[in-house]
Amino acid sequence: MFARVALLVLRKDVAIEVKSREILYTTLFFAASCVLVFAFALVKDGQPPEEGPAGILWIAIAFSGTLALGRTFERERYNETLRALLLAPAARPAIYVGKLLGIVLLLLIAEVMLVPAVALLFQAPMFARPLLLAGLLVAGTVGFASVGTLFAAMLVRSRTRDVMLPILLYPITVPVIIAGARGTSALLQPAVDEATALMWIALLVCFDVVFVTLALWTFEPLMTE
Amino acid sequence: MCKRLLISIAGVLVALVPAAAFQPPGGQSEFVPVSSLPPAEQLPAAPLLIAAYAFVWVAVLVFVWSVWRRLTKVEADMRALQQRVGRSEGGAPR
Amino acid sequence: MRKYFVPLTIVVAAMFAYAPVMIANADYEVTMGLVQKIFYFHVPSWFAMFTAVFICGGASALFLFKRDPRFDRVAASAGEIAVLFGLIGLVTGPLWGRKAWGVWWQWDARLTMALLVELIFIGYLLVRNYGGPGSDKLAAAMAIFGTANVPFVYVSVNIWRTIHPKTTVVPTLKAGMFGAFWFSVAAFMLLLVLLMTLRLGLERQRALLDELYLAEDDHV
Repeated sequence: MFARVALLVLRKDVAIEVKSREILYTTLFFAASCVLVFAFALVKDGQPPEEGPAGILWIAIAFSGTLALGRTFERERYNETLRALLLAPAARPAIYVGKLLGIVLLLLIAEVMLVPAVALLFQAPMFARPLLLAGLLVAGTVGFASVGTLFAAMLVRSRTRDVMLPILLYPITVPVIIAGARGTSALLQPAVDEATALMWIALLVCFDVVFVTLALWTFEPLMTE
Repeated sequence: MCKRLLISIAGVLVALVPAAAFQPPGGQSEFVPVSSLPPAEQLPAAPLLIAAYAFVWVAVLVFVWSVWRRLTKVEADMRALQQRVGRSEGGAPR
Repeated sequence: MRKYFVPLTIVVAAMFAYAPVMIANADYEVTMGLVQKIFYFHVPSWFAMFTAVFICGGASALFLFKRDPRFDRVAASAGEIAVLFGLIGLVTGPLWGRKAWGVWWQWDARLTMALLVELIFIGYLLVRNYGGPGSDKLAAAMAIFGTANVPFVYVSVNIWRTIHPKTTVVPTLKAGMFGAFWFSVAAFMLLLVLLMTLRLGLERQRALLDELYLAEDDHV
């Protein structure tokens, strides 16, 4: 029942997105321009900065993620559909999981575009250990999105939602950014440091478990009037 | 609820194992004596120490002053409110 | 707690007045000299800050699940005081670091971690004040997530940077410094209690004012 509700919410979001593709295109383009801005700011004489690619990838994910979260919940607020969802006889945490899966899916698509872009523009060997990189990206994205989805849902009725979301989200997700960037950097070394990358993945998984659980516990009391 | 909690704790513990096994690279474990720096780079310590202590006092006093200011505002609002309620109570027949 | 306010103020003021005497008489630290004495204010303010952080997180969780406004008042007070003590720590740290390391800021693990927690709780205060309707619950969620984040921030920043003196410096404190240190810790903890009492008094008056406004609306 729980899984069915979550998947239904996901299907609804995907169906809307497939029709208009608005959030998808804007997020992808924003991510690309983010990477380009970093390239113009940091590349000197055609040489990318040494530890640049890992950090830039994760900053681009964080910024595009914030944008995507804002846009997704703006759409819910505009059509009053969030209230309709909450009135439905479905377990509230299931609604949260459905929205979370939607955001994670959107961000993963953005990352599919971002990773080759960063690899190309910054001459980084991103595909040295594709499975480890994928693990890092999935774990990090879930961690970032779990906190982001809750905060964005919470802020839907707030006047200052656009500026509050980054203010609240970034300090809390700093461990995710540290783990993601350091783990990616370990994978980009000439002698790939697999142990370090695995350690950061483990930390990210820990973070995901703790914060998804916290979010599931607090979603219900937060969304109730 | 209990089952979810147990599963989450188990997940956290499983994920912690490789994290615990990894030892971070040894950092600096002791201070490098400042006296080994050339004298030109050594700073007088007293102004920094005094600045630190002074800041503690200033910060606490600013906080106390801020609370006191807000409290007087609330109390003024309360008095104004009680006057209004008192006036309307005196005027309106029950 | 209110009737202890005056005696508590006197005790705390006395302790803080006496502290410099104790600190001056404490043993001189060999490598860092005079500037190490900042330690007696720097570390106890962290103890106070993290106590306030955990009080805020706990009270927020209780508020969110039990809906008792008293917990919200405790959380609001503890949040502000956590930011205050964090600010003290973040200013005294670089003042010490300037002399000990040569630079104001060096991304040292513990200071960075404290900066992050401070930012989270500044965010907490911003949500409380500017969050619009229902901001007490939003802030409660922020405090819960922030407090739960403390171990993660600790681990990730620690592995990322390791230059700070290891935490074990406290148990290995020389006997001559012990007295001054624990006296300072006690002074800061009592200061925490004093400030909490003060701040909670403000929250209680505000709640009373809100009730009076509602009563006026009913009356008129």
